[in-house]
Amino acid sequence: MSSIVERHKTLERNVTLLAVLAFAAVTIGGIVEIAPLFWIDNTIEKVEGMRPYTPLEQAGRDIYVREGCYVCHSQMIRPFRDETERYGHYSLAAESMYDHPFQWGSKRTGPDLARVGGKYSDEWHVQHLKDPRSVVPESIMPTYQFLAERPLNQGNMTAELQTLYTTGVPYTKDQIAQANDDLKAQADPENATEFKTRWPKAQVRDFDGDPKKLTEMDALVAYLQMLGTLVDVNAPAAQEDLAKEKGR
Amino acid sequence: MADKRIDEPTGVETVGHEWDGIEELNTPLPRWWLWTFYATIVFAVGYVVVYPAIPGRHAATAGTAGWTSRGALAKDLKAADAARAQTRAAIAATPVEKLADNPQLLRAAIEGGAAAFKQNCVQCHGSGAAGSKGYPNLNDDDWLWGGDIATIHQTLEHGIRYPGDEQTRSSQMPAFGRDGILTPAQVQDVVSHVRVISGQEKASASSTRGAQVFADNCSVCHGANGEGNRTVGAPRLNDKIWLYGGDRATLTETVTYARQGVMPAWGQRLDPVTVKMLAAYVHSRGGGEALPAAPAAAAPAPVPATR
Repeated sequence: MSSIVERHKTLERNVTLLAVLAFAAVTIGGIVEIAPLFWIDNTIEKVEGMRPYTPLEQAGRDIYVREGCYVCHSQMIRPFRDETERYGHYSLAAESMYDHPFQWGSKRTGPDLARVGGKYSDEWHVQHLKDPRSVVPESIMPTYQFLAERPLNQGNMTAELQTLYTTGVPYTKDQIAQANDDLKAQADPENATEFKTRWPKAQVRDFDGDPKKLTEMDALVAYLQMLGTLVDVNAPAAQEDLAKEKGR
Repeated sequence: MADKRIDEPTGVETVGHEWDGIEELNTPLPRWWLWTFYATIVFAVGYVVVYPAIPGRHAATAGTAGWTSRGALAKDLKAADAARAQTRAAIAATPVEKLADNPQLLRAAIEGGAAAFKQNCVQCHGSGAAGSKGYPNLNDDDWLWGGDIATIHQTLEHGIRYPGDEQTRSSQMPAFGRDGILTPAQVQDVVSHVRVISGQEKASASSTRGAQVFADNCSVCHGANGEGNRTVGAPRLNDKIWLYGGDRATLTETVTYARQGVMPAWGQRLDPVTVKMLAAYVHSRGGGEALPAAPAAAAPAPVPATR
């Protein structure tokens, strides 16, 4: 038999050597598969309009995660005709660049929510979260009536934004320092002047239809209403950029 | 190391190892499996050449076929547009009142309308078009502005009280209570009268007083007997179908503050063919009415009562 086969026997009989070389083989494979994602243009496409979540949206996102919305709702529109005709333009990688963790999901019991922002009114969302069957008779979604009654646990948004900052979300010092005030201001149009200077493009209004108190419903609806609205994917300039890209 | 040898009972060669007298047969892989395995290797090589595969500095290799998932989507959309083009052109060329003359085209329009309805209309009118408080049920034959296909089309195209559309349907019920046109007692009387003509209450002293208030203030739009008036979108009041509710509390609220339901002008957002298809769909829901006999049916919307 050839010498290579004979030498392979050495490997088969030496556990340590086998472990070291197996590790080396997996490492090389891993690097080849994963490392290019950090530099090839596909995965780091630049888009106009992305901004980090405001404190209220981030709080709503925390509720979204807490309630396990991702178990039934994905946030990832794939580039297929049936998806784009129903949900809108397919998702771009950059649109989840500030998601920690991302909410792409892997199962759709309910519809995709990547571009649900602005599709329905605030009243619709509140009504639908309180009693899904009242607006969609065939829905099997649980009711979330309690969100409208529970005051938003205001916690320490400054610490949360600071944590996100360390993971690479580009919050400004001002945004982090004023996070606790901004949390309330976004749902309170009368006291939102300062908020608007820090977050010029965020939507400011009372989201849950109850101006008297800041509830978890405010936060969740604020989050839902901005999903997929930051990047104007249908703008002619964006379309031209996308048409030029190759290798997807 | 033991030597390879032929195992006598089976006639198969051994692998040559031996542990405490135990040997292993070198049974070959099934041929079909082996050839399938080789075929997948050949396929993989071809795949890497034809499709995007090997990452480089800026992008992966493009592959000789030039396939991209986004390109495939664009192609799909183009093919779908092409498949629909003929039907859409036919619908575009047919006035909405004439759609019914071509049953096949009408069926296509209704199907297309059903799809567009699920995208754009269910948010208010509900996924079964049954409506909810403040949003009309489209499955019944009780229409605010009219239920023939041309009228439905007009409503869809220009909306109701929609700012930014010159031809939008418009009318304004006064806020009788809030603006002091009626006293709270008169409001209760007229509510009693409305509940009597809608068959929910027996006539009473209050409703008798209310009848006079109704005749003086309400009958101009809602008709002497509460039969409604479609030219101003005034709902019929002498039936049991209610948009906001027929109980005393809701009616009191309605008379006191008035109602100003708004529907967007879909002509500004959707293409004309889709609006026509939606009209065909809504008309088909069960309550669709025949076109009025007079040729004036195709004329533009009735002049709004107030602006």
